[in-house]
Amino acid sequence: MQSLNTTLLIIGGGPGGYVTAIRAGQLGISTILVEGESLGGTCLNIGCIPSKALIHVAEQFHQTQHHNQHSALGISVSAPTLDITKSVEWKDGIVDRLTTGVAALLKKHKVQVINGWAKVIDGKTVEVGDTRIQCEHLVLATGSKSVNLPILPIGGPIISSTEALAPKSVPKRLIVVGGGYIGLELGIAYRKLGAEVSVVEAQDRILPAYDAELTQPVHDALKQLGVKLYLKHSVLGFDGTLQVRDPNGDTLNLETDQVLVAVGRKPNTQGWNLEALNLDMNGSAIKIDSRCQTSMHNVYAIGDLSGEPMLAHRAMAQGEMVAELISGKRREFNPTAIAAVCFTDPELVVVGKTPDEAKAAGLDCIVSNFPFAANGRAMTLESKTGFVRVVARRDNHVIVGWQAVGVGVSELSTAFAQSLEMGARLEDIGGTIHAHPTLGEAVQEAALRALGHALHL
Amino acid sequence: MGTHVIKMPDIGEGIAEVELSQWHVKVGDLVVEDQVLADVMTDKAMVDIPSPVHGKVIALGGQPGEVMAVGSVLISIEVEGAGNLKESDKPAPAAAKETPVAPKVEAVVESKPAAPRTAAVCQGPMVAREANERPLASPAVRKHALDLGIQLRLVRGSGPAGRVLHEDLEAYLAQGQSNASAPVAAAYAQRNDEEQIQVIGMRRKIAQRMQDATQRAAHFSYVEEIDVTAIEELRAHLNEKHGASRGKLTLLPFLVRALVVALRDFPQMNARYDDEAQVITRLGAVHVGVATQSDVGLMVPVVRHAEARSLWDSAAEIARLATAARNGKASRDELSGSTITLTSLGALGGIVSTPVLNLPEVAIVGVNKIVERPMVVKGQVVIRKMMNLSSSFDHRVLDGMDAALFIQAIRGLLEQPATLFVE
Repeated sequence: MQSLNTTLLIIGGGPGGYVTAIRAGQLGISTILVEGESLGGTCLNIGCIPSKALIHVAEQFHQTQHHNQHSALGISVSAPTLDITKSVEWKDGIVDRLTTGVAALLKKHKVQVINGWAKVIDGKTVEVGDTRIQCEHLVLATGSKSVNLPILPIGGPIISSTEALAPKSVPKRLIVVGGGYIGLELGIAYRKLGAEVSVVEAQDRILPAYDAELTQPVHDALKQLGVKLYLKHSVLGFDGTLQVRDPNGDTLNLETDQVLVAVGRKPNTQGWNLEALNLDMNGSAIKIDSRCQTSMHNVYAIGDLSGEPMLAHRAMAQGEMVAELISGKRREFNPTAIAAVCFTDPELVVVGKTPDEAKAAGLDCIVSNFPFAANGRAMTLESKTGFVRVVARRDNHVIVGWQAVGVGVSELSTAFAQSLEMGARLEDIGGTIHAHPTLGEAVQEAALRALGHALHL
Repeated sequence: MGTHVIKMPDIGEGIAEVELSQWHVKVGDLVVEDQVLADVMTDKAMVDIPSPVHGKVIALGGQPGEVMAVGSVLISIEVEGAGNLKESDKPAPAAAKETPVAPKVEAVVESKPAAPRTAAVCQGPMVAREANERPLASPAVRKHALDLGIQLRLVRGSGPAGRVLHEDLEAYLAQGQSNASAPVAAAYAQRNDEEQIQVIGMRRKIAQRMQDATQRAAHFSYVEEIDVTAIEELRAHLNEKHGASRGKLTLLPFLVRALVVALRDFPQMNARYDDEAQVITRLGAVHVGVATQSDVGLMVPVVRHAEARSLWDSAAEIARLATAARNGKASRDELSGSTITLTSLGALGGIVSTPVLNLPEVAIVGVNKIVERPMVVKGQVVIRKMMNLSSSFDHRVLDGMDAALFIQAIRGLLEQPATLFVE
């Protein structure tokens, strides 16, 4: 058996793992990264990036179709056709470019990448095939997996997000099980690609993790797109048709060609002998402290493996911090807020505390909305739905949360997160000149409205 | 409108001075009849001073911690009607200025709000940071603070809404670096905060009494271990049998009983020594002081006439007094007049202690914790419940032999519990 020694060993080459490795390389720490599939993990290969690529294809196709039928802009085109194989090739090209880029960055920073599945032996030893690696510090970054439903085993017409991101053809009918962000992002994309899409959700509304005011514009848009919603319906099984129970307890048989199961993700703790470490758990995730340290000395867990919020940018920030910690710097993971974005149509952004969360935290807050219906740039984008909402403390006007829903609002997450991290008050945002005409003006106006003097309302 | 003046009342037997512990009102407050105005403190007891009138506080006669003569002006209240202050009694305007208490209090309050810059810079409302609140600071400032080993919550923020700026970190560092020996790259945060706590009220009384006791008495301590297996069995049995109806027994009432029985043969232990008059007074009554920790400090409520009390009677009295002492409701009588003292920290009793005498008493018995230990009994190692008694005596009037014999007598009584009750 071959034997290797290193200071830092990282299991998992996703956004958490590869960022840890890059930063560790920059700091001169001898680093080995083990990845069983492709670098970039779920995010680059079967998650964030490919889904955004597919959403873009769907949006372009949908727009063209829109112009073909009833364009208010005066554009007329002949009916578009879609070669989904080419779309998938284009998407794969982006993924390839990014994963190759990650490999190049790792090489540049002298990180040794080992392809293979890691098996943990103890807190300082990992085996990959017939290679045994000894390390001083072990970073666990194995990410998460889609939650499977035993009554809907993946296979044939029943697919997970992975299959949905590499379609060979667009099904005529698609039922999405799960009205969370993954189900809706893909459901909307498939609808725009031409499928008849239905969404089955057990709760009484879509995106149940967010408040009703925020999700209403998405709900309205789904209706307008012709996505059928089966709310308060639970799935019973699949037998050629999808059986669901309606709120009255009656069983419905829903005709469909494909069923996409998107009921959430869970930390990937199985299959790599994690049990050998006997770490303290926090539910199904590994328990960590504010330095991402597990219950075992010099063993760290980052990203989805360490639980909610399961977001790539959280994993990256944790990885960067852990590498600095290992280099001897004093660090802790102490963000004021981590933005969450749903790339639905319209998009939805949540950063910091929502009004309900602020209330639950015992804060007396001012909550103020500014609608995109009063924003010039939104009109020129043929979009009037949605709003920007700010939550600020009543006593000192420090902003504790931002939310927005509307076309293109994902890009506002930057401004939101910055204002929270810098400790901005309503007066700071209200007093910053925001370029005209941009969607960002709604950010300034929401702050001004909270202070009682919005200009364009 | 008239002025009603309340004078420091005489609250004890012939006490000339009383310490003002705490104000419950401030100048300008409206008070109603029976509202508590202040707490004052005699030798041992804390006493509330209620308002006899409705009105508005116009002057306070002293500051917390000040020792005031009985009969001096405690507080002046403006009332409807005539009041009790005659025109001729009123201090001249100049004299009124000399009573600086009211304005002084206000000045202190005014200087408290932080950072002089904030008021000028921020136009919005300003609030102080709560103790457990996360300090407002940008990511760069947070990281820099970590690098410097500074805990942000210790740094005063001068930015808007109390935001901590890079300049604030520098100011905090500069404040600490006047010390030349300060480590350059400290592994842990250096702290430069100080907290001053005035020794007033109960704490001052305890300080005075303890200092007095250790200066005057010639303390010596004697420690002996007691096998309490039998008495613990008896206690458990009694609690099982009578616990529901008569209440649970702790070990304390048994110790009180052992003292009472042992003292019959050692009257020199149940005594008060007046060292100025050079007289020892031996007492027939056994008034056992039971040292009790309260929020404000150590108190010694007294179980009177322990010689006439049954186990459960003692137990009930100890429990009642302990509760009263902890709630600050013990009266002066209940806190004085002991002839010998018991002190116990229960499970925190440790293995040895060196109790300080409760002067003018001559003996104090300290109780350490009960632990199971392997002991040799008749050539066999057996597990026994053992407890130490750590006792102190006044060597001016008692010798080591007296102490040893007295404690051995107590040991004999506790190890053969029946002898506690056989007359």
